[in-house]
Amino acid sequence: MSETLAMGWRQYRLERRMFWRNPTAAFFNFLFPLIVLGLFGALFANDQTTLNRIVPGIAAMSVMTTTFNALAHNLVFLREEGVLKRMRGTPLPPGAYLGALAANAITNTILQVAIIATAGRLFFGIPWPRDALELLVFVAVGVVCFASLGVALSHAIPNFESAPAYVNAVFLPTIFISGVFYDVKHTPAFLRNIAEALPLKHLIDGLSGAMVSGRGLGSNLTALAVIGLWAVAGVALAVRGFSWESKRA
Amino acid sequence: MSATGNAIEVRGLAKRYGPIEAVRGIDFSVARGEIFGLLGPNGAGKTTTIEILEGYRERTGGEVSVLGLDPGRRPVELRRRMGIVLQSCGIYRHVSVREVVGHWARLYPHPRDPDEVIGLVGLAEQQDRRTNHLSGGQRRRLDLALALVGDPELVFLDEPTTGFDPAARRSAWETVRALRSLGKTVLLTTHYLDEAQALADRVAIVKDGRIVVEGRPGELGAGPDRYTITYRTSAGEWREHHTNDPTSLLAELTAAALSRGERLEQLSVRRPTLEDVYLELTGDSPRSAASGDETPTPPGAGAREEPAGVVGDV
Repeated sequence: MSETLAMGWRQYRLERRMFWRNPTAAFFNFLFPLIVLGLFGALFANDQTTLNRIVPGIAAMSVMTTTFNALAHNLVFLREEGVLKRMRGTPLPPGAYLGALAANAITNTILQVAIIATAGRLFFGIPWPRDALELLVFVAVGVVCFASLGVALSHAIPNFESAPAYVNAVFLPTIFISGVFYDVKHTPAFLRNIAEALPLKHLIDGLSGAMVSGRGLGSNLTALAVIGLWAVAGVALAVRGFSWESKRA
Repeated sequence: MSATGNAIEVRGLAKRYGPIEAVRGIDFSVARGEIFGLLGPNGAGKTTTIEILEGYRERTGGEVSVLGLDPGRRPVELRRRMGIVLQSCGIYRHVSVREVVGHWARLYPHPRDPDEVIGLVGLAEQQDRRTNHLSGGQRRRLDLALALVGDPELVFLDEPTTGFDPAARRSAWETVRALRSLGKTVLLTTHYLDEAQALADRVAIVKDGRIVVEGRPGELGAGPDRYTITYRTSAGEWREHHTNDPTSLLAELTAAALSRGERLEQLSVRRPTLEDVYLELTGDSPRSAASGDETPTPPGAGAREEPAGVVGDV
């Protein structure tokens, strides 16, 4: 067990080193959400109500990009390149390897949420998170949910060239209808109903409660339950369809 | 037949993908310390066979033992004791050769020194280069380094030198021979007949999921008419005869020629090369392609590789 943990830890450190050495990945993971935040912050500089919505909205979006988008993309790449297959031929336990990949993504989530919370505090009049426990719980459940859904999506993507199309086909509609940039109260009912069924809107509500409104965990239990259900479905799909090799080979 | 001494035992191995039978009952064994070559055209079932032994695919029939273990169960002990060079396989980007070989070494209980292995495969000059800046051949040598750094007892090489220039191939061969001198067992698949001939102690030719022939590279092709006798008549025509008994045929031919007062110019007796056996068994025989009266050997050209059994000119 400790040997597995030690191997997983070394794998994690290698993954981190490679992440920082890949400028494109580092840029998209860290600069892009900050640029979006900066743009919207500038647009709504005098509108604190909107800012109160956008800062937790972008924090929730970052949870999704660092896990769902990144893992779907990376797994398709690793599978198609044959890296997954190669790793499977070594004594590295599969759990240690996949755990290291997930931990790598989650590290980015934590860094990103911390950066956005700091930017919100410094530039957008958002106080430090009021409810650290609520923040932690929602980020944790959100990470499990979106990470597993990302792994599940990677099974459906036929090849690396089409990965961005598949990921964005899910990601872009989701962020627009889930109210990352505005309150879903103002959207048509049918869109609102779709948003209610998806996990991102509920993650925004949860983070909003923790960072802005102060609505506690107790009043966000429905939100937690919806994300939890998606997480269960995501884990089941991620495990069930998992493949170490590309079908195309 | 005792199985205990063998690194690999395969009995009646079968693999079916839906209606397609990729492997239809293969038997072979590889002794410890032996280099065994699987040869055959694309789609013959070589890679399916080797990937079952590596634990990547599940067999649908037969018995398999690798280092005394069942690869179908994917025991970690087996993965610690074997090294794999896959046919085509990516590697992490954004890490140097040295980092990745060092990282791999720590996955194994008793690794070799990473620097030594990097030197062995000829990447010492590139050791600080990022893997995404290596050439195709250099990346293939890195594959070999990663397979060897765990100091495995058994090494699987699936077309290890595809894409190498001749010099790189020679040096890869030296590396494989060095494995033999260390007592390692090697299972090799290759398209290159000269590679099998140069490296393998024994080879098996696979076609349509079956082994069509197995034996030492120099002794294969023991079918009828395995010797080829060629000469040029005094009229300048090339003649070619096939026989399994070159001694008596030569005696007949030379006696007849002498009685006519002729000489058999450029008379030669040739044993079949692995290439001849391969082409014949895999259904692309040059003997059937080239009609009997066509010249098999251009006059004076030493173009035929490995004239394994030249008896001499008369």
